Amino acid sequence: MRRTVPLWITAIAGVALVISAFLPATRGWGEDVATWFSILAAVAFVLGGGNLLKVHLRKISDRQSGWGYSSIVLACFFATLWVGLFKVGVHPNPKYPDVAYSGQTQGIGSPFWWLYEYAFKPLTSTMFAMLAFYVASAAFRAFRAKNVEAVLLLGTAFIILLGRTFAGVVLTGWIPADGAFAGLRLENLSVYVMQVFNTAGNRAIIIGIALGIASTSLKILLGIDRSYLGSGD
Amino acid sequence: MLKALQNLDRRWIFLLMGLAVGVPILVIGITGRTFPETPTPLAQSVFDAVNELDAGDKVLLSFDYDPASEGELAPMATAFVRHCAQRKLKMYFMALWPVGPRMVQQNIRRVIEQDYPDLVYGEDYVDLGFKAGNEAVIKVIVTDLRQYFTTDSKGTPVEEIPMMREVRSVQDMDLLVNVSAGYPGSKEWVLYASTPFGRSASNPEGFQTVAGCTGVQAPLMYPYIPKQLAGLLGAIKGAAEYEFLVNEWVREQRIAEALVAGGMAEAEAADLATTFAKSPGAAEEWTVSGAAASMSPEAKSDLIRVADAPIPGKYLEGQRRMGPQLVAHLLMVLLIIVGNVIFFMSRKRGGAR
Repeated sequence: MRRTVPLWITAIAGVALVISAFLPATRGWGEDVATWFSILAAVAFVLGGGNLLKVHLRKISDRQSGWGYSSIVLACFFATLWVGLFKVGVHPNPKYPDVAYSGQTQGIGSPFWWLYEYAFKPLTSTMFAMLAFYVASAAFRAFRAKNVEAVLLLGTAFIILLGRTFAGVVLTGWIPADGAFAGLRLENLSVYVMQVFNTAGNRAIIIGIALGIASTSLKILLGIDRSYLGSGD
Repeated sequence: MLKALQNLDRRWIFLLMGLAVGVPILVIGITGRTFPETPTPLAQSVFDAVNELDAGDKVLLSFDYDPASEGELAPMATAFVRHCAQRKLKMYFMALWPVGPRMVQQNIRRVIEQDYPDLVYGEDYVDLGFKAGNEAVIKVIVTDLRQYFTTDSKGTPVEEIPMMREVRSVQDMDLLVNVSAGYPGSKEWVLYASTPFGRSASNPEGFQTVAGCTGVQAPLMYPYIPKQLAGLLGAIKGAAEYEFLVNEWVREQRIAEALVAGGMAEAEAADLATTFAKSPGAAEEWTVSGAAASMSPEAKSDLIRVADAPIPGKYLEGQRRMGPQLVAHLLMVLLIIVGNVIFFMSRKRGGAR
């Protein structure tokens, strides 16, 4: 039962989506399934929260390495949940001044806004910005012209790196912009690489992936591939 | 020397990268100067797609990014909102990312409320907020928007919002603008909205789609250009090019308005405005020439003020960020070259792995 019901739900939903794409009269089926999916996606937020609690509470109770970080995660999670869910410090909506909790959680100056502006935003920006440092270090240590393929990759990287900045204009600005060799200007070369080589390669990959997805989807819809149920089949 | 370079502490590289980004930010912040931009055809296509719409046409703007990518995407989002506001288009904001509404509200505050205060919420722009469900949301709203968006982000029922009365689905839009940092984002909008319902040979009245995305996403979007995706802004370079086009166009518009207010015919004013916008000081020179004899002194000073008005910093963010990008890219090239020199020298001495 635990395996049959999910299999049938998957098969019915999948078949409905496939049919609705080909028969306009059944378009509503596809919309219904998409709506179910959205409801599930919203529920997934709750499940995600539950899973986060489970993982980190276990880490803390087992005193695993880094359990201190887990306690910070949980403290932040509960603080944000409490501030957001109970609308802490939110002023009532001017339209409904007598109705409790009528204001917007995310209004400027509210604690939730403060958490976003001064905690979430700088932290996520910092995490992403750190990539620049690691990419630079990796470029110095790992980007080697060991063979023909690596040389081609290096050459393309130089064209894109320089062509996407004003350096490209400075270095190859002497080539007449309207002349026969204008295509050799770095800024034009970088566009050419992106539009021709990149597009050709990507289209091939996209077509390959699409065929793979179609094949895997069929296996899932027909119940041949059940690995998504976690059975290991 | 070779051994020292081989064993170079990576913190030195971190320091160099920090300086490569930090120093240009300081220099550009102090001088306010930016590098000139030559728009590529892709940025021009994005600009044209917005600019060819008429006042009152409907644009759906989906901001699907978060603060992690804000440095790369916020300038283009700002430029999109400014372009639409200046063009007097009706803007429908939404987001598929949980923090997307923050990006929407930030742009509404910074652009619409500050510089276009005459635009009315609910009549000229509306914030529909975030909906969970990724591509499933697109799949439904492309045929029935109200199935998902029953209220705006403030909880007002869509039936009470004037500009929502004539909208049933995404297909009622004239343009779809997506700024995205990954999944769900530009690719999903192209696959589930633009491809089946967008403008094509069989559907010439359909909406067009343009997108702005991060540098790592851009190569994946090129295969959809130009049929499924009319234009693409790739990373901060694309943002800088589009920003440049919008700034030039807005200046032209304002100069033309000042000339018309001074009594000039619209067609002549448009031609002159293009010249004045491209060459600083030209408007002032023109006002002392005989051609401007019929203009009142107030109209002349108004024209000079508009033509030479500095562009607010928030509309130059993309162009300003090209400075740190230039130095950082040069450093990357230099590091790769030095790394390879060390590699080949070590190999020559029989020490390379």
